[in-house]
Amino acid sequence: MHPILAQLRRLLLYLLGWIPLAGMLTYLLAVPGGLSWLEATTVAFVLCLLYAFVCLAAWYPCQATPLEQSGLSRFLFTHVAGALVASGLWLVAARILGRMLASLDDYRGIDTRLTKDFPLLFATGVLLYLLAVGFHYVLLAVEASREAEARVMQASVLAREAELRALKAQVNPHFLFNSLNSISALTTSDAPKAREMCILLGDFLRRTLGLGEKAAIPLEEEISLIHAFLAVEKIRYGARLQMEEKIDPEALDAQVPPLLLQPLVENAVGHGIANLVEGGWIRLSAERRDGELSIVVENLFDPEAPPRRKSGVGLANVRQRLEARYGNRAKFATSVDGSCFRVAISLPAESKERVP
Amino acid sequence: MTSDTSKKIRTLIVDDEDLARQVLREFLSAHPEIEIVAECANGFEAVKCATELEPDLLFLDIQMPKLDGFEVLELIGANRAVVFVTAYDAFAIRAFEVHAVDYLLKPIGAERFNAALERAKERLSGKLHTAPLPAMELAASARPPSQYLDRIPVRDGPSVFIIPVAKLDYAEAQDDYVALASSGKKHLKQQTISSLEAALDPSRFLRIHRSYIVNLERVVKIEPFGKDTHVAVLAGGTQLPVSRAGHARLRAFLDP
Repeated sequence: MHPILAQLRRLLLYLLGWIPLAGMLTYLLAVPGGLSWLEATTVAFVLCLLYAFVCLAAWYPCQATPLEQSGLSRFLFTHVAGALVASGLWLVAARILGRMLASLDDYRGIDTRLTKDFPLLFATGVLLYLLAVGFHYVLLAVEASREAEARVMQASVLAREAELRALKAQVNPHFLFNSLNSISALTTSDAPKAREMCILLGDFLRRTLGLGEKAAIPLEEEISLIHAFLAVEKIRYGARLQMEEKIDPEALDAQVPPLLLQPLVENAVGHGIANLVEGGWIRLSAERRDGELSIVVENLFDPEAPPRRKSGVGLANVRQRLEARYGNRAKFATSVDGSCFRVAISLPAESKERVP
Repeated sequence: MTSDTSKKIRTLIVDDEDLARQVLREFLSAHPEIEIVAECANGFEAVKCATELEPDLLFLDIQMPKLDGFEVLELIGANRAVVFVTAYDAFAIRAFEVHAVDYLLKPIGAERFNAALERAKERLSGKLHTAPLPAMELAASARPPSQYLDRIPVRDGPSVFIIPVAKLDYAEAQDDYVALASSGKKHLKQQTISSLEAALDPSRFLRIHRSYIVNLERVVKIEPFGKDTHVAVLAGGTQLPVSRAGHARLRAFLDP
């Protein structure tokens, strides 16, 4: 939808902007053009009202020929051709108007006098159209910056939500209550182990709390957070939980949003390993190539497992955060291969140096 | 009074986490009247042990591999006292709807545990006076209305089959049981056909007869049979009777 036609208030403002242009055209038609002031005023205002709408059509070629991405020749050709067509239409309108006015007493003979002004009108038409093209590019730029602003806003809202959810996730039955129950079991059977688990749990919680203030952390930090998380889960699941890692050392300093991978690993434990009698592996791999950071989290799961609650919320959250932050520069895909579940994400690899 | 071992309460512990079972074992060890007959780490084992050992009391985790706690209860029947043990409070209402004795939240405190055990003993001592409610009926009715079954667990002696509903061809009522036809085999399950009908997605399964529910994807054609009735022919050639009301429902579904 055209941004000016979308709102009546904008349209009125736009038409108001045409009044001085109509005034100038009146002057041109009256002084160098040789029409009477009455004739010039009537013709100029009617023609400008019509042309105001014709010029709105410039929005579409402007949208189709973005400034940064189009070559100069294509740019010139599109808009010059547009100007010639629009101005030509305007002349046709002027001719029809002249004929109609000529039948009135006050305007007798205007059609022939107006025909003499056609070169002047045509040149004005071309200039006005090109002015409209410039105006529409400004509009496009304003829209784009507004969109970018909205995306940044949305990203920060989503990141905060994700953070809250992540913090909640550590206070939710899944993880915290079960861990406390494990500690409770260990207090009588293996007190040193109970203490160890308390320390691991505290370590993990403290790390996540500090992350709230950061926009991005090195992948290395996120991975060590995952280690802290898995250290707790390993006490609960014992030998059932195995972790495999294949991390490209060059990927370690790439910046990632905090708590981006932890929910994926938590998902792999809760929906994968927890449903397997003999347990299974979770495989984390990360690779940096051509300015892109690719991360894959894979885990075994039981395709015939009883349905669990809240399946997929963590995944959707990660996908939204990536989308909000990187737009189409990030990818997120899930796939199932037999009894292996796989989440693959890729995002632009940025290192700390560029971020102050 | 003799301390006859047969008077002990035969107890089964079911939880997939070793440490969670350990807590229960420890709390139970303070009660000499309890005899732990087995510990199970998944739903299949739980059904097997419950069938073979016939425990009086079960401590049952809800989220486990193979079968969840509700599915286990559905398969073993309600003639025993069940205490659910879970980290979630969201299942509490459903737990009491299937007449669980109590619902313990992890981490479990000893006092709260003992209260649950007392309630279980009360239930067990009064067991003969109250007619047990069929758990499978309750489990089916306690399911959230928006959520239809996507699999049906069936018990055959101590072993369990899972029939994904997509593989269920039709169900036939047989007295107190339903026969579930899937991949050329029939599995008997103690359930009424009406409660099965309520648990299945009505856009995929249709009650075509007092005694039959059919998977609509399997219906190849409907042929007239006798004066007022029809038969539905399934892929594979099975013919099922269609009642007059069933025929109307089937028509409404096939040509909307």
